Amino acid sequence: MTKGRTTVTETIFLKEEKTVRRKKNKDLLKPYKPISKNLYLTLCIASFILLVGIWSLLTYTSIIDSVFLPTPTDVISSGITLFTEFNFVNDILVTLYRVLAGFVLSLIIGVPLGIFMGSFKIVEAFFEPLVSFMRYMPVSAFIPLFILWIGIGELEKVTVIFIGSIFSIILMVAVEVSNVRRELVEAAYTLGSTHFGVLRSVVLPASMPGIMDAIRLVLGWAWSYIIVAELIAAQTGIGSVIIESQRMFRIGDIIFGILTIGVLGLGSDFLLKSLSKKLFAWNYGR
Amino acid sequence: MDDLVEVKEVRKIFKGKGKSPDVLAVDTVNLKIKKNEFITILGPSGCGKSTLLRMIGGLEKQSEGIIYLARNEITGPSANRGMVFQAYSLFPWLTVEENIQFGSKIKKMESAKKKAITQQYIELVGLKGFEQHYPKQLSGGMQQRVAIARALANEPEILLLDEPFGALDSQTRLIMQELLLTIWEKTHKTILFITHDVEEAIFLGTRVLTMTSRPGKIKADIPITLEHPRSYKIKTEHHFIDLKEQLTELIRSESLKSIELQAQ
Repeated sequence: MTKGRTTVTETIFLKEEKTVRRKKNKDLLKPYKPISKNLYLTLCIASFILLVGIWSLLTYTSIIDSVFLPTPTDVISSGITLFTEFNFVNDILVTLYRVLAGFVLSLIIGVPLGIFMGSFKIVEAFFEPLVSFMRYMPVSAFIPLFILWIGIGELEKVTVIFIGSIFSIILMVAVEVSNVRRELVEAAYTLGSTHFGVLRSVVLPASMPGIMDAIRLVLGWAWSYIIVAELIAAQTGIGSVIIESQRMFRIGDIIFGILTIGVLGLGSDFLLKSLSKKLFAWNYGR
Repeated sequence: MDDLVEVKEVRKIFKGKGKSPDVLAVDTVNLKIKKNEFITILGPSGCGKSTLLRMIGGLEKQSEGIIYLARNEITGPSANRGMVFQAYSLFPWLTVEENIQFGSKIKKMESAKKKAITQQYIELVGLKGFEQHYPKQLSGGMQQRVAIARALANEPEILLLDEPFGALDSQTRLIMQELLLTIWEKTHKTILFITHDVEEAIFLGTRVLTMTSRPGKIKADIPITLEHPRSYKIKTEHHFIDLKEQLTELIRSESLKSIELQAQ
């Protein structure tokens, strides 16, 4: 008797579990529905595995000639040679330094200017058309000019990053600042804030997370500007290693160089993202 | 007794952009508010009642006329007129406590006094235990309580409320009405409250002003003599229902006009 009842309960339980599972699977395609952290992580890793898998399939089976696309192991050994025999760490540091120097400089000038442009119409009227115009001129096209003006030294690289980043930074920061909700500004005024007080205690904190997002985005672009600058004229840096490898037909080195830039970009983005989440916790979730 | 607020021959014209014509939003309003009054302004949507409140708050400049607060002309927003908006206006990067202290920080109030005042108003709005929460962690009703506490903690001469419960569900709304009424019964802070809800206007106010549809004018000025402290139960009493009927008629005819106006 007892045994029989248990079986019935178990059957019902199993049935319920099945419907729950079916419902769960259906939920995966529900827009904006959150998924578990484990599933998220698994999918993240899976995408990389898939990429390396396709690469392996194409190269180890010689579908693509290894002269044009070396195997993953070849690229890794190229990387080891780069580090051990060609002092690649130095190139990475040089590139890193150039990006940071130019980018930080563009932030020092661009962020305050963007804030003023987003909050004061007189500043907007004066700078907006000019900055928008400048932004649409590709910095890569300026490189020959910069070389003529300031040579091919460090200053030229830093200038490329600076010019490439600053106009986008100014405009994106200005947009963030001008989108601060009016109720917040008005509430501050009715609580006794001065104009400057509103700027400092409302506009700035309210737009900070958005400014941080803009910084992350533009930093991503800065990584491609530096490589372009280094491809054109440089003795050191990841870009110069890539162009040198092309001359020597060392495809493995080129791919390793490209991957290094990817990792550096991902790393810097991750750093800024975590910083943003830590500093502006109020903006993220509950 | 002296009038705390005096609105004198105030008109507001919104300049039309491009080809759209100018709009007369508020037409020649005269209004006197005495200290300790709880005035509710009732009007159909789009009648300019918010504009009137915003002009008293100093957030909007009238096109004609003058507004005085304690005989001083109002030229802009200031800490002596606290405001609560319909949309949530808490600073999301500040905790409940820090939001309420926003005004005292500007005044550079000493720390002990600031703490005491904050605690007093947190208790008044029933949010003890939520001092360290961020606005995102609170429900809509709780956020509006913080907004009311933030405005009150600044000890303004008058509290201006612009449909503060408009975005809340009806149950929360009723609770918030009682809360606000209790606060007024305790503090007798002068309040000007905008609403389009007839019941809310009568239940809260010591005086209900109704406005016409656009251009907004004061149509009727009706003292509400219901006794204090009021309980939600008075809403079913005869006197309350009579008032409700009378005011509903007044507003209904204006709402119909404003719908016709929109249809044209």
